Amino acid sequence: MPLSTSSNFAKPDDAFRAIVEAHRGLSDAESADLDAALVLVLANHIGDIEVLREAIALAKRRMLDASQQQQQQQ
Amino acid sequence: MPQSKVQFGYHRHPNQDRPAAAPAEHAVVVVGAGPVGLSLAIDLAQRGQKVVLLDDADRIGEGSRAICFSKRSLEFWDRLGIGQRMVDKGVVWSVGKIFHGASQLYQFNLLPEEGHKRPAFINLQQFYAEAYLIDRVGQLPDIDLRWRNRVTALERRNDYVALTIDTPEGPYRLHAQYVVACDGARSSLRQMVGAEFSGQVFEDQFLIADVKMTAAFPTERWFWFDPPFHAGRSALLHKQPDDVWRIDLQLNPDADPAIEKKPENVAPRIARMLGHEHFDFEWISLYKFQCRRMDRFVHGRVIFAGDSAHQVSPFGARGANSGLEDAENIAWKLDRVLRRTSPESLLETYHIERSAAADENIRESTRSTDFMAPVTQQEARLRKAVLSLAKETEFGKRMVNGGRLSVPSVYDTPLSTADADTWRSGPRPGTSMPDAPVADPSGNPMFLTEAFIRKGTRFTLLTFGNGKTVDAPEGLGTIRVGGEDGLIDAAGLAGERYDADTGATYLLRPDGYVAARFRQPTRASIDAALARACGLN
Repeated sequence: MPLSTSSNFAKPDDAFRAIVEAHRGLSDAESADLDAALVLVLANHIGDIEVLREAIALAKRRMLDASQQQQQQQ
Repeated sequence: MPQSKVQFGYHRHPNQDRPAAAPAEHAVVVVGAGPVGLSLAIDLAQRGQKVVLLDDADRIGEGSRAICFSKRSLEFWDRLGIGQRMVDKGVVWSVGKIFHGASQLYQFNLLPEEGHKRPAFINLQQFYAEAYLIDRVGQLPDIDLRWRNRVTALERRNDYVALTIDTPEGPYRLHAQYVVACDGARSSLRQMVGAEFSGQVFEDQFLIADVKMTAAFPTERWFWFDPPFHAGRSALLHKQPDDVWRIDLQLNPDADPAIEKKPENVAPRIARMLGHEHFDFEWISLYKFQCRRMDRFVHGRVIFAGDSAHQVSPFGARGANSGLEDAENIAWKLDRVLRRTSPESLLETYHIERSAAADENIRESTRSTDFMAPVTQQEARLRKAVLSLAKETEFGKRMVNGGRLSVPSVYDTPLSTADADTWRSGPRPGTSMPDAPVADPSGNPMFLTEAFIRKGTRFTLLTFGNGKTVDAPEGLGTIRVGGEDGLIDAAGLAGERYDADTGATYLLRPDGYVAARFRQPTRASIDAALARACGLN
């Protein structure tokens, strides 16, 4: 099963909000701890190494794009 | 120290009196009388080969080296006739516990099922293993073990290898058809063939202390992350024979080795760990480690086995055990090539099978090491998350990596014949034979691994049930489970572990690996699989 990138939540704003609110009031270090745990919990729930690898690749592509943009601005 | 002999004398050999222009010629020379070289020499000798075994020292090394020997290694040593002696002396264990801080996170059992001759692991000081192997060598006149014989030069010719060997009475030369270098991580033979030995160096330092004490800890492998007695680092406790306990403490990368290894500095750490001061030191050392391998394990007629070919971190008991798997893999192949019953290209499959195993061992032990000593801040954060999730979730427990212990590799190899039939389970080709409890036709209990040894540790057909007997090719052993004169599988475990219906047949290699399997074999299919497994096509 490939990584699903279509919109899966009936109310995407609720999902985004839930994550944002989980981080409210946390320091950057605490937020990073929370994210680390959350990623592991969700990865295990997906339980498919190929989907996980695709998800990592998609997420990493954002970072590459961002650094390229930064270079262009310089 | 062991009751067996540990100090051996140098003896002049008639080979040393030969003129330099006409050196003695030997079929196979094994360099290095450690566990790998000794086991290999015994296996070769049991197969009828004459072996010269050279070692530059004249005594068994003391101190703290390998301690955990796997089920697979014990099964190999059973074939060499010394498995029982190792098990009788060793500390048998199969349970590991992982702690975080003061509390236990989880425990695992490495051999949760009954009906195997050998346990998951024994702990045994390497010097005992070597002493027992040397005793066995002494029973085999075909092994010529020469102490204080140091190889100083090696020249590779088309059809032999020329060795120059230094002794207390000066140098001499030998010619060998094949040389197997079992001369350890600092292998001088590896340098002589000019091979690279590259990989990853780990910065973290670990302190090993073997302490003698009487203690009521169970015979389990205990591993701590961030224990109360060693804040922020990891620790390992493991029992060895003679009331000796292996303690392994992770130190800071910038710790000063000279200061850290002083007994007066080690003692307080250990006392905090044990909660008392009633122990004596047998051994203290500090180490860093590397994970690396040679690109090629076979350099023409010079073959590398054990630490000379690959090195791993100690977490996972993959060093000595993988070296012993190298030995059992090369022994039968070299025997066939020397007899000219297989082409020299069979040796290439040693490289294929064992270098893939080395990659697996390096991967597993590197992952364990990285988990114990996270490299970046984010890695540390992910580890912290795993450890905290492990308290309340099963998946978290299984992600905690305090060492993944050695299991035999499954070979993806040209010697295997791919399954043509449908199998639900059982060992697929390239897998080592699973053990199972059976009884001989008179009802005496025994194990399948013992039946394999009784058939001569050669290519063997293992068949199940009442089906018509396959006409086995000449020279093959046959083990029959079920049927009129077959072994009795009263508990049904052999049939279950081999997914066997009546007629099911496994072709086992001389190292006990599955080469092929058939639901209803024909003589032609067995002949073809055998030829393939011998490297004949």
